[in-house]
Amino acid sequence: MHELAITQSMFDIVLKQAEQAQAKKVTKINLVIGEMTGVVGDSVQFYLDFLTKNTIAEGAVVDIKMVPAQAQCLNCNRTFELKEFDWTCPYCQGKIINVIAGKELFVESIEVD
Amino acid sequence: MKIKVLKDILGANEQIAAKNRELLDKNKVFAVNIMASPGAGKTSVVLQTIRALKDKVRIGVIEGDIASSIDAETVAKEGVPVVQINTGGECHLEANQLESALNNLPLADIDLLLIENVGNLVCPAEFNLGEHRKVLIASVPEGDDKPFKYPLMFNTVDALILNKIDLLPYVKFNVNAFTKTVKNINSRVEIFKVSCTSGEGIKAWAKWLTAQMKQR
Repeated sequence: MHELAITQSMFDIVLKQAEQAQAKKVTKINLVIGEMTGVVGDSVQFYLDFLTKNTIAEGAVVDIKMVPAQAQCLNCNRTFELKEFDWTCPYCQGKIINVIAGKELFVESIEVD
Repeated sequence: MKIKVLKDILGANEQIAAKNRELLDKNKVFAVNIMASPGAGKTSVVLQTIRALKDKVRIGVIEGDIASSIDAETVAKEGVPVVQINTGGECHLEANQLESALNNLPLADIDLLLIENVGNLVCPAEFNLGEHRKVLIASVPEGDDKPFKYPLMFNTVDALILNKIDLLPYVKFNVNAFTKTVKNINSRVEIFKVSCTSGEGIKAWAKWLTAQMKQR
């Protein structure tokens, strides 16, 4: 269900941008989604197919760039990929970390005719 | 033709959340977003919090549910102002829903606003409402592996209430392993072990909440 609200917001952004560019058709929507958001690409496409019916974005392809979850250790400052079961720094075993990537959720660009 | 957009999908929600926060601050209302899976004890915690604090602070409640007003009716019996939001299928509260709920509350007469989000550990983590603190309730029967499955939620909150500790003798739940994992995902989180049935731990939670209200 989560993806419906997100796809609706995304679609609002896309339509607004396309209108500003006086586009006749939106052919592609490029999204950036962080792994930690739990947003499922297939669901986004499913809701988008439904929302775009009879609009200039009907039939648009969604391209999703997934961003892996990354953290920075506040002890040794090194960065590492966050694994599901372990949020400990693999270099110094530090426990205090900052999530620096993986929460992204934005429309990167659209392709229009 | 390719058009660069770079717009945050949740940007519209964030803007309304910022407006909500302004309205809350203007009225000196401290808002807490309470999240949990269904059945973890959100309404029980709300009721216990009201009972622990209603002589000291003026409390208001917003009940978010997919449907029904059962929770709102239960809370209203405590004699505090309550507004029900029915999301009609959506699995989380959004800032615009809070905005309309705020318009239906006597904000000038409220010091502490408890917002009970829809029961879900995924989506509510992503939608800021304009609240001052986020609180997660986990409960013993859910198992001690939940932080692994919903890291964003556990990473987002300021406090965690581990509810139903009266069931610990009957359920396989390793409290130490659980708190260790949670602290690993979120080093700043305050953890409270609570039983809404026996009242154990409610005092410590209420004390923390009162201190947070002073800090804002």
